[in-house]
Amino acid sequence: MSPLTRIAYFFGLPILLIVLWYALSFGSTNFFVPKPIELAQTLWTTWIGDRFFDDVLPSLGRLAVGLFFAIGLGIVLGLLIGSTRWLRNLLEPLLEFFRAIPPPVLVPLLMLLIGVNDSMKVAVIISGAIWPVLLNTVEGVRAVDSVLNDSCRSYGITGFARIRYFVLPAVTPQIMAGVRQSLSIGLILMVISEMFASSSGLGFTIVQFQRNFAIPEMWSGIVVLGLIGLGLALIFQFVERRVLHWYHGLKEITHDS
Amino acid sequence: MRKQRSAVAGPKAKALGLGIGGIVLFFLIWEAAPRLGLVSDRYLPPASEVLVRLGQYLTEAAFWNDVADTMTSWALGLAIATVAAIVVGLVIGSSRFLRRATHTTIEFLRPIPSVALIPLAVLIFGTSIESTLLLVVYASFWQVLLQLLYGIADVDAVANDTAKSYGLGRLARVRYVIWPTALPYLMTGLRLAAAVALILAITAELIIGTPGLGKQIALTQSGGAISSMYALVLATGMIGVLINLGARILEKRVLSWHPSVRGDVVL
Repeated sequence: MSPLTRIAYFFGLPILLIVLWYALSFGSTNFFVPKPIELAQTLWTTWIGDRFFDDVLPSLGRLAVGLFFAIGLGIVLGLLIGSTRWLRNLLEPLLEFFRAIPPPVLVPLLMLLIGVNDSMKVAVIISGAIWPVLLNTVEGVRAVDSVLNDSCRSYGITGFARIRYFVLPAVTPQIMAGVRQSLSIGLILMVISEMFASSSGLGFTIVQFQRNFAIPEMWSGIVVLGLIGLGLALIFQFVERRVLHWYHGLKEITHDS
Repeated sequence: MRKQRSAVAGPKAKALGLGIGGIVLFFLIWEAAPRLGLVSDRYLPPASEVLVRLGQYLTEAAFWNDVADTMTSWALGLAIATVAAIVVGLVIGSSRFLRRATHTTIEFLRPIPSVALIPLAVLIFGTSIESTLLLVVYASFWQVLLQLLYGIADVDAVANDTAKSYGLGRLARVRYVIWPTALPYLMTGLRLAAAVALILAITAELIIGTPGLGKQIALTQSGGAISSMYALVLATGMIGVLINLGARILEKRVLSWHPSVRGDVVL
């Protein structure tokens, strides 16, 4: 494929859609439907400046802290539970139940236990986003290659070295699959915790716009959330490619043969 | 030696026993924590109180109405999203051109968190069930569509060419070549979507106030009926477990012909 057709494929449909949107909303007076240029202007004036530092950055900070702890705790606890058989048997049904609880219901619950503050919002994100990572890690540890496992034991590789050079690499593909789910759950919870109980942050601001019928501003908020989601997805793709490049390579080889 | 034999005798029964033990242990800790004053029972009532409340709920018609509301938006939203995703997926997937042309747009729209649509839903539909449906459909649509597209990309080129040379038309190839290849992927997407749909249904009820369990949770919390709130949270967890189980059973049933499932049974 030549670079030109590649670019055409990449930008073709998005440009077509925007032109269509522009044409359809041209001269329309519908209160609810924003116009492309107007939306871009609102996006700029609404979110660049004070609001970026007062609402967007704190939200992103809470999301980052929450995800960091969710992923870290998920991996550590997952390795621990996965490699101890009795612990795994003891906790597995319980963990499946916790995973099945829709995370948003934890917002009112943690509001009671912790109060309405930053740590509550971070706790909400952790308590919702930890499960995919934790359960995938447990599942991955259980399914490690038994021959490799025995080899490790015969070579006397135990303790930390075994975790570092055998278990962790073997489990990484599953962990990354879990992290991908955790990211989207974390983002959802960031927004919800702010919509439900807060006086600042992205979620709160967007609901505020909607209540005041500031429609273009509301749309621009939706766009900001979309951009954050997109940014997270891109960061994830980048990290995954680096962490798992050996795995993708391996898969290609086995697929070819 | 003795130890090994007992492990062989009933590893499954033992695991089950331990699992039940874990649940019992959890409830015991939950019971003890407020009773011993580790946590104030104004915020965390003892487990027995919550379980009794849950038992009461199970006899109340209003509770079952809420469950029905939640499950209706869940089922309806999931059904709409699945059908739409299958239609769109088959159309896009069957043409190389469309697959390439839509790639960026899909990658852009997919990560938009569906909760971003909450203000829009409120504005257009208010607190009626359509608000919930909008969120549920948007969130589950991408799960199904993406898995289906992966599945269609996985279609064996040789099988497809063979079908072509035997004179199978476009529709017949979709039915006999693409559909069976993509079905396992589709079921994975459906299983993920079923869980996501419940999350979004409850979210919409909690935040927007559309009727259902989520709304009740918000009401009991703000009304200070704390043990009722915990009972409802337990109830949503149980619904989640049932949905996960149901999705897995359905997957096994539908894919009983597929090597991945057949292999499971032999082992």
